[in-house]
Amino acid sequence: MKLVIAMLMDGVIYASWLFVIAAGLTLIYGVMRILNMAHGSFYAIGAYGGASLVGFYLAGGYPPWGAYFMLLGAALIGGTVVGLLIERGLLRMMYGRDEVVMILVTYAILLILEDVIKLIWGVDAYFAYQPYTLLGRTKLAGLSFANYDILLIFVSALICFVLWWGLNRTRKGKLLQAVIHDRDTAAFLGINVTRMFTVTFVIGAVLGALAGALTAPGISVMPGIGVEVIILAFAVVVIGGLGSVGGALLGALIVGLARSAAVHLYPDAELFVIYGVMGLVLAFRPQGLFAIATARKI
Amino acid sequence: MKYATTMIVGAGIALLAAGLFMPGWLTFLLTLAFAKGLVVMGLLLLMRAGLVSFGQGLYYCLGAYCVGIAGDYFETQNALLLLLLAIVVCVALAAVIGLLLCRYRDIFFAMFSMAFSMILYGVLVKSSAFGSSDGFNVKPPLLFGWTPTGESGPFLAYGLAVVALVGVGIFVWRYLRSPMGYAGEAVRENEIRVEYLGASVRRIIYTKYLLAAAMAGLGGGITALAAGHIDPEMAYWTTSGEFVFIALMGGVGHAAGPVIGAVLFELLRTYAFQISPYTWQMILGIALLVIILYLPKGVWSLVERVTKGKPL
Amino acid sequence: MNALLETRSLARNFGAVTAAADIDVTINAGEIVGVIGSNGAGKTTFINMVTGYLAPSSGEILFKGKSIVGKNPRQVMRAGICRSFQVAQLFPELTVLDNVLIAYGIMKHKILPLMSPLATKANIQQAEQLLEEYGITSYMAETVVTLPQGVRKLLDIALAMLRKPEILLLDEPTSGVAIDDKFELMDTVMRAVRKSGAAVLFVEHDMEVIARYSTRLIAFYDGRVLADGAVSEVMGDEKVKELVTGHHLDIDYEREVEHA
Repeated sequence: MKLVIAMLMDGVIYASWLFVIAAGLTLIYGVMRILNMAHGSFYAIGAYGGASLVGFYLAGGYPPWGAYFMLLGAALIGGTVVGLLIERGLLRMMYGRDEVVMILVTYAILLILEDVIKLIWGVDAYFAYQPYTLLGRTKLAGLSFANYDILLIFVSALICFVLWWGLNRTRKGKLLQAVIHDRDTAAFLGINVTRMFTVTFVIGAVLGALAGALTAPGISVMPGIGVEVIILAFAVVVIGGLGSVGGALLGALIVGLARSAAVHLYPDAELFVIYGVMGLVLAFRPQGLFAIATARKI
Repeated sequence: MKYATTMIVGAGIALLAAGLFMPGWLTFLLTLAFAKGLVVMGLLLLMRAGLVSFGQGLYYCLGAYCVGIAGDYFETQNALLLLLLAIVVCVALAAVIGLLLCRYRDIFFAMFSMAFSMILYGVLVKSSAFGSSDGFNVKPPLLFGWTPTGESGPFLAYGLAVVALVGVGIFVWRYLRSPMGYAGEAVRENEIRVEYLGASVRRIIYTKYLLAAAMAGLGGGITALAAGHIDPEMAYWTTSGEFVFIALMGGVGHAAGPVIGAVLFELLRTYAFQISPYTWQMILGIALLVIILYLPKGVWSLVERVTKGKPL
Repeated sequence: MNALLETRSLARNFGAVTAAADIDVTINAGEIVGVIGSNGAGKTTFINMVTGYLAPSSGEILFKGKSIVGKNPRQVMRAGICRSFQVAQLFPELTVLDNVLIAYGIMKHKILPLMSPLATKANIQQAEQLLEEYGITSYMAETVVTLPQGVRKLLDIALAMLRKPEILLLDEPTSGVAIDDKFELMDTVMRAVRKSGAAVLFVEHDMEVIARYSTRLIAFYDGRVLADGAVSEVMGDEKVKELVTGHHLDIDYEREVEHA
C-alpha cells in the first residue's frame, strides 16, 4: 500500500512537471507545425533565471515568500524575451519550409542557446533550494512529501485549466483553434496568422521557461538540463498526439506513472520504460492517442 | 561508371598513402570523420527518400559495443571479424525495428527512430557490466596477426576506415543510379504513384533502413577500434543529431557529400573547440543555420556549381 | 457479353459520411464508359475502391469473375486495372524522363536491383518511345512542376498505361486542362487505348467530351447509380437533368474557388 501511494504520488508529481513542459511544446507544434528542439533551452533559461533571481532576491534580505514571485517573473521575462527574439529574428525567415527542416533549424537554435546559457551563467551549478524547503513537508500514510512538490501539482492543474479555458472559452482561443485545424483556411478567413504565430511561440516559450523555473528549487541547475528534458517532452507529446494539449496531459500522466513505477520497482529500467511506452503507443496508434485528422490525398 | 569506380579507388589509395605521412592527430581526426561519413552515407539513403532518422546513433553505438564486447568476450581482436559482427548484429536489429519504422514518415519517423536510440542509451547507462555511463576501453585491434604499436598505432583503424569508405562509397555511388536508388527519390516525391506503379513503398524504405543500419554499425565499429573507448553517449540523441547535421552540411545530392561533410564537421568542431571551448556549440549552430538558409543542398552543391559551370 | 469488371452493392462510408451507398457497375471488354455526377457523388471513391486504395465498407468487386476486394493497389494493378488521377500523381521535382525511367525500373523488376544502372541507353530509348506516343517528347528534360496541366495529365495517363491494363480508369482526365486542349488530349489518350484494346471508364464533367468519346454513360448521384445506358438516353433522363447536369454550372464555380 505504502509503495502504491509512493508510486502514485511520485508519478503525479513527475507528470505535472512534464505537462508544463510538454504543453508549450505541443501548443507550438499544433499552431506552427514546428517541433521545437529549442524548447529544452527555454526550460534551461527558466531554471537558470529563476535560480539566480531567487539568489539575488534572498541575498537582499527581503521576505522569503517573495521568492516564488521571483520564479514566476524569471519565467515570464526569460520566456518572452527569448521567444520573441527567436520567432521575430529567426523563425520568420524560415516559415513554409519542411517540418523536418524546421526541426533542424530549432536544433541549431538549441546548440546556440546552450552556449549562450554557459556564457551568461558559467558552467557551475546553481542552487535555489529555499523556496523548496520553506514550505516544509507533509506526512502521508507514513511517507513524507515536500509541500513544494504538492504545490507543483496544483500549479500544473491551474495551467492546464487556464490553457483549456483560453483555447475553448475565449474568442482568441477559438481563432487559435481555427489556425490549428486549418492554417490556410484560417488565413483566408482573415485571421492574422503571423501574429498568432508570434503569440503562440511566446506563450510556448514562457511555459517552457516556467517549467524550468518551477523545477529550479528542487534540482541543481547546471549545463545540459535542457538537452535531457527536451527528449522527455518529445516522448510525452508524441504519446499524446502532436499538437493536442489534452494529449500532452494524458501523455504526461502515462509517462509520469510509468517512470515512477519503474523507479520504485526496477530502477534500472527508468529510461527504458519511458521510450518503451512511447514505442508501444506508436505501434498501435501511429498518430498518438489524440490525433489531428488529415485530409484526403487523391 | 567504370570511371567513377576508378576515381573512388584512386582517391582511396591516395588517402592511404597520405596516411603514412600524416601526423597522428590528423590520422585520428580523419579516421573518426570517415567513420562518421560511413554512418551519414547510410543516412543519405534515407534522407533521399525523404526520411530523416534522428536515431542512427542506435546502430553507431550498437556497432561500437559489438566490437568492444566481442573483443572482450570472445577474446578475438581480429578487426575484420569484429566489424563483420557489428554489421550483422546491426542489420539483425534493424530487421526487427525496421518493420515498425517503415510505417512512419516525416517527424514521426524522426522521433520514433530517436526513441529507439534513446532506449539503447537508457539500457547502456544502467548496465554496470559495460561500465554504465562511463563506458569501457576497447582492446587494440589486430589484423591478420599484426598489432600495430606506437607510431603506426592509429594507422590500422585509419586504413580500415579508408577501405570501408571506398567500398561503401562505390556501393552508394552505384546504388543511387540503380532502380532502387531512383525509387528512393520516387518515395520522397510521391508514394501514391510508387504504389500505383507496382512497388511497395514499405519494402523500399525497409531495404534502405537495413542498408543504413549496416553502414552505421560499420562506422560505429571503426570508431570503437580507432578511439579505443566507447560510452553510451554514442546512442544519445545529440550524436544522431550530429549525423543529420553532417548530412546537411555535406549535402545528400552525391555520395561524396557525407564524407566532405564529416571531415568539415570534425575540423570545425576541433578548431571551434580549441579557439573557444565555451562557444563551439554556438559556432556549430550558426554554421547549421547558415547552411539551411544559404546552402540547402550542402557544401557539395558548391562543387557541383563549379564543375558543371553553373553560376554561383 | 462477358463482364470484365463488375461491382455489386459497393458501399463506403467515412464515419457518418456516406461516400458510396450502393454502386452496381458493369464494364465489358472494349467499352468506353463515361461517368458523370456532381461533387461527392462517389466517382473518385468508386475508382479508389476498385483499385484497392480504399477498402469498401461492404459489397463485392469482381474482375474477370474473381473477387479483388482486399487487394492493394499494387496487386490490382498487376492484375490489369490501372488508373489516372484527378490531380496528376507524378514525381514533381524530377524530370519527365526520370519519371518514366522510374516507372520502367519498377515495372521490370520484382525486386529492385541495388547496383545496376537504371538510366541505360536501352531504357532511355524506351522512355522516349513512350513519350513520343503521347506527344510529349519535347518536355523530356523538364521538371514536372514546370509542366502545363495538360502535359502532366498525359504523363499521368501514360504511366498508367505502361502495364498495358485491361481496364483503364480515368479520373477527370481533362480537369484543369485548357478548353482548346481537351479534345487533343482525349484524342491522344484514345489512340493509345485503342492500340492496346483496353476498356475505359472515365469520369468527366465536360458533356462535349462525354458525347464525343463514350459508348455508354453512367450518372452517379449521392453514392448510387442514377442512370446507366446509351449516352443520349442518360443525358435525356429527367432525373439526370434535374440532379446531375442541371447543377453543372454550380459545380464548376465551386471548383474555381477551390483552386483559387
